[in-house]
Amino acid sequence: MVAENTTKNLSITLRVWRQAGPNQPGKFVDYQSKDLNPNMSFLEMLDVVNDELTLKGEEPIAFAHDCREGICGTCSCTINGKAHGPGKGIATCQVYMRAFRDGDVITVEPFRATAFPIVKDLITDRSAFDKIQQAGGFITARTGSAPDANALPVPKPDADLAMDAAACIGCGACVAACKNASAMLFVAAKVSHLGLLPQGQAERDQRVLAMVSTMDALGFGNCTNQYECSAACPKLITHDFIARMNRDYLGATLRSAFKPAPLGTGGGAG
Amino acid sequence: MNLVGYLFCSSIGRKIIMAVTGLILIGFVAGHLVGNLQIFQEPDHINGYGQFLHSLGALLWVARLVIIASVVLHIWAATALTLENKKARGTDYGFKHTIQATLASRAMRWTGYIVLAFLLYHLAHFTVGLAQTGTFKENLPHYTMGSDYRVAGFVAVKAGTPEVLDVYNMVVLGFQNPIVSLFYIIAVGLLSVHLLHGIDSLFQTLGLRNAKWSAGLHKIAVVLCLVYFLGNLAIPGAVLAGKLQPRAASVAAAHAK
Repeated sequence: MVAENTTKNLSITLRVWRQAGPNQPGKFVDYQSKDLNPNMSFLEMLDVVNDELTLKGEEPIAFAHDCREGICGTCSCTINGKAHGPGKGIATCQVYMRAFRDGDVITVEPFRATAFPIVKDLITDRSAFDKIQQAGGFITARTGSAPDANALPVPKPDADLAMDAAACIGCGACVAACKNASAMLFVAAKVSHLGLLPQGQAERDQRVLAMVSTMDALGFGNCTNQYECSAACPKLITHDFIARMNRDYLGATLRSAFKPAPLGTGGGAG
Repeated sequence: MNLVGYLFCSSIGRKIIMAVTGLILIGFVAGHLVGNLQIFQEPDHINGYGQFLHSLGALLWVARLVIIASVVLHIWAATALTLENKKARGTDYGFKHTIQATLASRAMRWTGYIVLAFLLYHLAHFTVGLAQTGTFKENLPHYTMGSDYRVAGFVAVKAGTPEVLDVYNMVVLGFQNPIVSLFYIIAVGLLSVHLLHGIDSLFQTLGLRNAKWSAGLHKIAVVLCLVYFLGNLAIPGAVLAGKLQPRAASVAAAHAK
């Protein structure tokens, strides 16, 4: 038995945010799309609508996409008010038209955050995340040949937990879903991913302090513990990492405040 | 940045201020309720309690200043964070949708406003005497202690102490006004809702929470808020139901005014 929603073609009204450029005014524009295969992806549906627009000589809807298999975090639409649309633990590219019903009005808008300025239509500039990463999302490693595989032992539970945090694809859904446009889940995932591993210990305090202060400076909002972020995350990253980051931040603040200052005499042969 | 800078200027720092001042205030309202429930005993208890608190002098003012500072910092942090949050969203969504945020969490700002309004009225009512002046403790006939009032086994106010403020009658007479009582009940109800998200939040902000703990912590928060609400409901409720009656002498005096 095949479910009806996967066999019957559907027609929808697409209400899309159209904005010509970064500082241009934007508005919602309705497009009718008929006889859509329910098994096409949401982005394929946008491709079809864009083909029709192009044939009519109109400007196609600009949207960001790359891998179309949920691992790159490029596609970023808010569909019916939910970042990445209906479904749990998936990105926009993994939404299929069978998730909607015939005759539905589907509202599509860009991720809304001051820190993610709109480039055009549904495309936002999320390079703010790169700036946060550059502030501390790295470890210092020696150059040269790769170290022996097991030279640095990592307990399996730590490796698993670090991997859960490292699953973050940096798509920005957490910011889009948060009513305060807070980047806490993204930053918490990055801070925890490295902070849970032995390789990340040297810069652990400096990392959380620098990444949080960069996050603040870029104009992201503040967490109000409503956990819309983890519910919208395509990788289902848990807000437990936010609690872990809060703890890490408090510890790092106290440690940096009470750290004895080095004498600066250089030591060794002087 | 130094310690003060991290606490007062960063997003997480100001949230820590919210959490710690919230915790202090939760401690205060819980202790306040336990103290007030003495109204269900003989008037010697609540009146002796009031006399004991006033006898602390400077110590009482230290406690008051800690509470006032907590309220001010709590409101300051909430305002600063909220203004930034509004700015961070920029253009609002055309289609609004909430996945899982609780009603209590979404109503924090509004429950906060009403609790603040209630706090001001409550101080005017029972501390300063600007509201219901006729039944304010300073204006009621003073009370003479019938028995000792003990704190932790020690006699704090001796039997026969004259000129004690009659808190018992002030509260009972005050709550005989159904509008005042209703306002109190609604306000503490909203405060309980505020505390529900507040207690949940403070564990998260202080980093003392994970999936294993969250269900248990939430249950503790629900039970605390429910007990807090019922405890507060009991006082005006008992007055309205006629279970708590003023002492005859004071009633006559209040009516004569």
